[in-house]
Amino acid sequence: MVWNRKIAYIDLSSGKVVQKPIPKEVRQLYLGGRGVDMYLLYNHLKPKTDPLSPKNVLLVGAGLLGGIPCLGSGRCDIAARSPLTGAVGDSNVGGFFAPELRLAGFDNLVISGRAEKPVYLWIEDGEITVKDASYLWGKDTFETQTLIRDDHDDQDLKCLVIGVAGENLVRFANIRTGMKNSAGRTGMGAVMGSKNLKAIAVRGTKSLEFAHPEELLDYCKEMNEMIMNTRWAKAQSRWGTMIIYSNTNTTGLIRTKNFQLNRLEEGQDLEPENIDRYSFGTAGCYGCVVHCRHRYVLREGPYAPIYGEGPEYTSLGAFGTMVDCKKMETILVANHLVNKYGLDTLETGGLIAWAMELYEKGILDQKQTDGLKLEWGDENVVFELIRQIATREGFGNLLADGFRNAIAKIGKGSEYYAIEIKGMSNLHSDERPTPSFALGIATATRGADHLRSRPAIDMYGLPEELLREVYEGPVASDYTSYEGKSRMVWWQELLYAITDSIGICKFQTVFCALHAPKWDEFSKLIRLATGMEFSKAQLMETGERIYTLERLFNMREGFTRKDDALPERYFKEPTPIGLPIAQGKKIDKEQFERMLNEYYALHKWDQNGEPRKETIERLRLDKEPTHMI
Amino acid sequence: MFIDPEKCTGCRICETACSLHHEKVCNPALARIHVAKWETAGLYIPVVCVQCESPICQTVCPVRAINRDEKTGAVQIDYNVCVGCRLCALYCPFAGAQIDAEKGRVLKCDLCGGEPVCAKFCDPKALQFVKATTANMRKQRAAAQRFSELMKKLLSTP
Repeated sequence: MVWNRKIAYIDLSSGKVVQKPIPKEVRQLYLGGRGVDMYLLYNHLKPKTDPLSPKNVLLVGAGLLGGIPCLGSGRCDIAARSPLTGAVGDSNVGGFFAPELRLAGFDNLVISGRAEKPVYLWIEDGEITVKDASYLWGKDTFETQTLIRDDHDDQDLKCLVIGVAGENLVRFANIRTGMKNSAGRTGMGAVMGSKNLKAIAVRGTKSLEFAHPEELLDYCKEMNEMIMNTRWAKAQSRWGTMIIYSNTNTTGLIRTKNFQLNRLEEGQDLEPENIDRYSFGTAGCYGCVVHCRHRYVLREGPYAPIYGEGPEYTSLGAFGTMVDCKKMETILVANHLVNKYGLDTLETGGLIAWAMELYEKGILDQKQTDGLKLEWGDENVVFELIRQIATREGFGNLLADGFRNAIAKIGKGSEYYAIEIKGMSNLHSDERPTPSFALGIATATRGADHLRSRPAIDMYGLPEELLREVYEGPVASDYTSYEGKSRMVWWQELLYAITDSIGICKFQTVFCALHAPKWDEFSKLIRLATGMEFSKAQLMETGERIYTLERLFNMREGFTRKDDALPERYFKEPTPIGLPIAQGKKIDKEQFERMLNEYYALHKWDQNGEPRKETIERLRLDKEPTHMI
Repeated sequence: MFIDPEKCTGCRICETACSLHHEKVCNPALARIHVAKWETAGLYIPVVCVQCESPICQTVCPVRAINRDEKTGAVQIDYNVCVGCRLCALYCPFAGAQIDAEKGRVLKCDLCGGEPVCAKFCDPKALQFVKATTANMRKQRAAAQRFSELMKKLLSTP
């Protein structure tokens, strides 16, 4: 039963481990996964804690529905104060780790302190031990998992690991599990590295019980059918998220050469069909029928042989359009390298593209880049910079501390070219033609972030009556419009907060399909699995609570309305090319500010973006920190 | 049960659905099916009882607790007769019978009374519960397709 899953507090400085039950009230207010992690973050962290100090806490949380056979229920939420932004650090990862953690008896881990020497955590059926990891230090993310499995003589155990990038405290190092899955964003790998924690390995055989198991089984089947009946899921099953490229590159919604163009000319080789030359099938995360990643093999070239999984649309942009590389093989190699080193693919590509534009503009020269010619389209420069960032060598060391630190060192107006918000890189999507996307990246609590709210559904131009029904208010059908888009962003923020807290995959809710599972289906799943009753309104309020708590956390760290901003280029430079709908578009500053006002009003925050007193009381946040756990 | 590892995506829904159906809990350790993985090579193979025509488990069972259900074709354990010696699990070359570490009994696929839940949940169709003739024909078509692709290649080579 979800009710007998525990929280474990692990102090790596002393080696002490304490286990406690999780009170029902915490579940009712925050569900699990991201919700509970945000509660813990707000409660266990003193304001202005250095993210890379032993005082930062690394939180690992399984979703409330983790383990059920549907909707990719294996999501795991990892949180801490971000060493990249100083704001909420939070990253949600699929794979198989979270269900295994639950089977071992735990839903949440709170890891504090710093081990004297490299260690890893071994969690097995209710027991947690701290083990020596000296022999794993310096190993890549794949080797590390293989070595731990071999040592325990168990190929089924699951790991969260860091690579060399995390060990070197690269501020956007990720935490990885399996061949593909990464808790990519906000530098959680650096926090793990700062604690001298190389890995968390887990194996569990404790049954997970449910309130209504028989009905739950039937309903899971229904849920899987519901998602597979959407065209989006079907397309994703075949091509993965790369399918997005076909649309966005044709239309002109893709950042190219950092932010100079909005589509990649002659970018045919990056079309998703071309992965078939290397793919021998797809793979799914735990409990997922969509299976959106390819299993690919690269047999030739200096990095061959490579077995890899993915790549995501994100990597297609990070090492393709943004750096003007036009070959699928470049993406496959770069994807493999960032995974091996444990780097966030998006942040890495964003920084390299930025550096290339600075080089082109003469803001950076070869003296500063240690002889590297940062020329567009040179894949070897991309591969070399990935290595340098992860190992903190040469010019890579400058980029390894993220945008804000690099800007401080480079100066000379370099910040104008940085497509970042709150210190975190934006995806390679160009939001100038889509105000809803633009507002979403500006308001996201963890920096420029498409996964806090992206209403991808906006691209479909659905009938306004239908949009009104779903979003419960007027929303314009036209994706270039500003009307109702604040509502869309607000609504999606609440939905994704719940999705991340119950531990299912965002692609299996309203991301690209309106008739995908959402509030009512989530309510029923929660009832069948746990017995807890949540109406749609209560779930939405829970989403508000989680999002507002993140806002309060960021306020405590000094973030205000001025941080909910877009890079200047969004307002100044119109999109140069693309289809008529996407060409010549820029964000109108006045309209943007109006959207932001509307957005704050929907959250019931004031015009400075600060949650109102009555909102805080209504969401039962007025007594925080309450230290229930 | 027709198993096609090439189609398996490794999601483990079969394991969870199996344990949820039989034991009313989620616990792959209690599932009758297991997806064996070679993660670094991307190889996933579902392992489950193949319901042999001459079941070795039946042969080695000292108390004759294992018999075929004529209606479903499943080779089943009669737990009223079974003494828990686990010889079946020991001798099965296909790992079709597993030991329940908690209760000591042997777990074995019983085809869910003729409607295997794992196959129903397997969206990529790596597990299919179909008639032998259907399975044969599908395999033959797949083989023929490979052959025709080979022919095309040969014919297009100058």
